[in-house]
Order: sequence, then C-alpha cells, then structure tokens
Amino acid sequence: MRWRAVPLSAWIGMAGMALAVFCAVFAPWIAPFGEREVVGDIWLPMGGDYLLGTDNLGRDLLSRLIYGAQTTIFVALAATVLAFCMGVMLSFTAAVAGGWTDQGLSRVNDLMMSIPTLIFALIVLAVLPQELWILIAVIAVLESTRVFRIGRAVALDITVMEFVEAARLRGERRLWIIFREILPNTLSPLLAEFGLRFAFSVLFLSTLSFLGLGIQPPEADWGGIVKDNKDGIIFGIPAALIPGAAIAGLAICVNLVVDWLLNRTASLKGGRGDG
Amino acid sequence: MTQQEGSPGPRIVDLEAMAAGPLGPPPGIGLAAPAAAGLAARPARTWSRFRHHMPLAALLIQRLALSVLLLLAVSVVIFLGIEALPGDFAQTYLGQSATPQAVANIRQELGLDQPAVSRYFEWLGGVVQGDFGNSWASGSSVANQIGLRLGNTLFLAFWAALISVPLAVSLGMLAVHFRNRWPDRLINVVSLGAISLPEFFVGYILILFFAVQGGWVTFPSTVYAGMSFGQRLEAIVLPCATLVLVVLAHMMRMTRAAILNVMSSPYVETAELKGLDTLRIIARHAAPNAVAPIITVVALNLAYLVVGVVVVEVVFVYPGMGQYMVDAVTVRDLPVVQACGLIFAAVYILLNMSADILAILANPRLRHPR
Repeated sequence: MRWRAVPLSAWIGMAGMALAVFCAVFAPWIAPFGEREVVGDIWLPMGGDYLLGTDNLGRDLLSRLIYGAQTTIFVALAATVLAFCMGVMLSFTAAVAGGWTDQGLSRVNDLMMSIPTLIFALIVLAVLPQELWILIAVIAVLESTRVFRIGRAVALDITVMEFVEAARLRGERRLWIIFREILPNTLSPLLAEFGLRFAFSVLFLSTLSFLGLGIQPPEADWGGIVKDNKDGIIFGIPAALIPGAAIAGLAICVNLVVDWLLNRTASLKGGRGDG
Repeated sequence: MTQQEGSPGPRIVDLEAMAAGPLGPPPGIGLAAPAAAGLAARPARTWSRFRHHMPLAALLIQRLALSVLLLLAVSVVIFLGIEALPGDFAQTYLGQSATPQAVANIRQELGLDQPAVSRYFEWLGGVVQGDFGNSWASGSSVANQIGLRLGNTLFLAFWAALISVPLAVSLGMLAVHFRNRWPDRLINVVSLGAISLPEFFVGYILILFFAVQGGWVTFPSTVYAGMSFGQRLEAIVLPCATLVLVVLAHMMRMTRAAILNVMSSPYVETAELKGLDTLRIIARHAAPNAVAPIITVVALNLAYLVVGVVVVEVVFVYPGMGQYMVDAVTVRDLPVVQACGLIFAAVYILLNMSADILAILANPRLRHPR
C-alpha cells in the first residue's frame, strides 16, 4: 500500500480514531480528575482548572468525557465484534448450505429487520434487567441482522465460483469452506461494513443512554453525559453539546475512513468508481 | 425490501382472504372479489389463471398479503417473544424483597397467571378492535392515550417529510449535475458529516441557538388541545427542522447514488454523445429510470423518520408516541410498550410495502419476476 495515495480525509479520520482510542485506553492516567469526583460548583464555565467546565453535579467535564470514551468505545466495540461473529457465521452458513437452512435463517432475519432497530431495542429493554452484558448482547443481535444481510449477499457471489466448487468436490467440510475459501475473499467489504457498524453502534448506544436505557449512572458514557446536562441548555450552558460533539466526531472519523476503504475496494474491482 | 418471492402456490391463496380483510380491497382490483369466490374449489388453478390475466393485480395482492402476514409475525414477536425473555414484571415491580404471596397477587391482578398463548389471542382480538388494554402503571386505557398522541406524531412527521423529500431529491440531482466539481464535493462532505450526527446533538444545537440565544421560538415544543393550527406549526418548527436535517443527508446521498447508477449506462452516454443538454438528459432520460430506486430511498427514510421521531420528541418534550413509549419503557409498563411497538412497526411495514408497490408500478420490468 502506498502511503501517498491515502487521501487527506482518511488521515483526518484515522487521527481522530487514534485520539479517541488513546483516551479510552489511558483514561485513568490522562484524566485530570476522577470519574465520579465532585470538584467544584455546578456548570462552571470553560477555562481555568477545568478545561471544559463542570457538569450538573460539579464533576470535571473533561475527565468525564475521557472516562466516557472508555465506556462508549468498549461497549460499542464489543457489540460490533459480537454482531460480526454471529452475523458472518450465520450468513455464510446460510449461503453455503442453501435450501431450507438458508430459507429459515433469511426469513427470520427479514422478520427481525421489519421492526425498526430502536423500537425493537426499546421493547426488549423494557423487559430485560439493566445490565451491561445484556445491553451489549441486545445491540449485537440487532446489528447482526444487518451484517447477516450483507454477509449473505457477498458470500452468495463467492459460493458459485469454481474454487469453491473444487473444494466441495474435494470433500472439504462446511467449516473449511466457510473459513478457508469464502472468508478470505470477503474480507475487504466486511472490513468496511465493520467500520460502518461500529459507527452505528456508537450512535445507537449513545441514543439509548440518552433515553436513560443504556449505561446507567454514575458510570460515564457520552450519551449519558448529554442526558445529565441537558437541562443546562435552557440556561445557555453548552455542557451537553460537548459529549454530543465527541459522538459526532468519532462517527464522522469512522465514516471518513470507511469512505476511503470503500472507494479503494471499488477501484480495485474495476467497479463504478464514481458511485 | 426486494427479496425474491417463492412461487405463489396455494399458500398465498389462503392469504388473499386475509389481505382483503383488515386492509380492504386495494383500488383497481375489483376483479379480485369474483375470483375469490371460486377459491375454495380449486385454489391453485384459479389463482394461476388470475395471475396470468392480471399480473399486476396479482402481484399487488401478493404484496399486501405478505405485509399482513409479516405484521402478524411481528405481533407474535412483540407479545410472545417478550414472554420468553427472562424478567418478571411483578418481581421487578415489588423489588427483590417481595414475598411470594405479594408477587402472586400482582400476577393475578394483571392476568399474568394465564397461559401466554391464550393471553396473546385475547390481546390480538382487542388490538383488531382498537383496544390495547390498560396501562399497568396508571390503569388508564392505552388506546385513549395513543389516540391523543398518534396525531401529534404524524403531524410532526408529515411536515418533516413534506420539506425533506423535495429538498433531498433536488439536491441529489444538483450533485449529479455538478458531479466531481466543487458543489458536489461540498454536498458530499457536508452530508457525510450530517449522517454521523446523533439526533439529540442536532436538536440541542438548534435549541441553544434559536430558542435560548436567539429567542425566536419557544423551547419546550408543547402542543395541547385548543391550540390553533398556526400555533401548532410554530411549536413544531425546531423538532421539524431537526428531523429534516437528520434525514436529508441520507436521502440525498442515496438519491445521488441512484441517479449516478443510471447515468453510467450506455443509453445516457448515447444521449450525451448526441449533444443533448445535461439538465435535459437528467430530467428526460435518467430520472424516469431512477424513479424506482429513489422511491425506495424516500420510503426507507420516511420509515427512518418514524423512528427518529422517538428521540426528537424526547429532546423537545413533544407529547407524541415516542415520548409515551420511552416513558413506558423506563417504568416497564408492558401493555403501553407493546402497543406503541406494534404501531411503529406497522407504520414501518406499511411504508416499506408502499415503496415496494410504487417501485413495481414505476418499473415495468419488476412486474414479471423470473
């Protein structure tokens, strides 16, 4: 890969993602104050000791934001990885096996996709207890329906190729065909999809937290910080906008990188590069 | 929603009667009724003859039937799927220290001690008649509340759609017209940013600048009975603007992609080589073939609008369905959650179905599936 060929937008995207990941990994060392430490008056303006001011309980907003990066990125990443494991495995099985397996899995997937994601999550979360792993699992299952759809479409194109036929005639088992024949050839579209799904997970988790159904306080996460500080808006205090901007920034950065990845793979295949 | 349908065997015929039931016969398919009379005798042959004579009507009936079936399946998921999940309302409601007797009492009071399947049919029977049961939290009728709020939500979504759809389609055409020049680049970058913005972020920015600092509009966008039409419109300016901004970018990008897809086909190249004016090519040659994908995009985004409404209503404290549902979820008021969930899903399915049907009407090639 030539580094010169990487466009500026992709560099910006990668830099932004690197910054967010850096904050997430080294949160306890770089945050100036503790996550739940009350340091001063409520909604202090920016500047001075508290770079971004304080929140609705007088906690340092910058520290909350850095710790929030940890929670948000960890949960979104875990959900995306889980969604990919489930989605890719099931979709490839459907594509390779065909017949009733394919029909059954695809129809169940259609049914899941016919209920809007947020509505589905709200219904399910109304019943399930509020725990972190349940939240991750719910997001993962909902995201995996989208992964399933694209995974099946991509895998179907490849299962009809000669080398898969050859592997079948050789008598290879289904798992071999999935992991050694199909997976390596679908990596680049799946990688782009992974980025998109991660961005969606961040937005989705933040939305749920904003509605009070995601990460529970006092744990910091970006959507939750917006919820905590939303009453300040009426008094003209922009504290709620800062974590909102962080969510938007991370999602934009991921999208910039994905955009470049998609363009790159499109030109590799000689497809329509201008689409 | 472009999945391949299986061959329409006798199974579909049974559905036809169901499709005609709750939704009513679609316009222009008056012949369906006499055909339905002979169904009992030799369903498969009658259906195939009907299909041969009126392929379009048959296809539409099939779509309607499938949607009704899908809606039924969704209701099963919403009701029985929820039952299968761990978690007991009575236990959660009373807390960990509840005595078994108290838990049993509450379960009996809410009818939870009945078997789930019989409760499902009771619920479904009520839903068909417009009765969604009573809220667990307040004890009042869910249907009454929904009646008050559904109108508000549709009012908001309607205005957002009315503004965003024409704007998105014309911006998409503009982007294609100036392809790879600066207006296109600008639209591309701005829209890429815009699709990454969470709804609440856009909403609060608008509130901060237009309501708090500008003071041009009032912030809690409350509407109540007795408000005049103009006052209502004034109240929804900001929530409507938020929804438009959120949906616009997505819709526009997909419109652009759909038109570009058509623009790269040989007949457009021919038109270009003939020396026709670009705008004329877009309007007369490319657009008619791009209509079907654009309709799909628009319908998908309208469906998205219905969901986006949930967050926007919470941000603006707007008394609609979304706010009602979120409130119910936090107190685990299942009848309300199930009713709202079913209605949102129904609207979503309905929009997707109309997209499917409109796409078939717009593109004759889709009328004869191979």
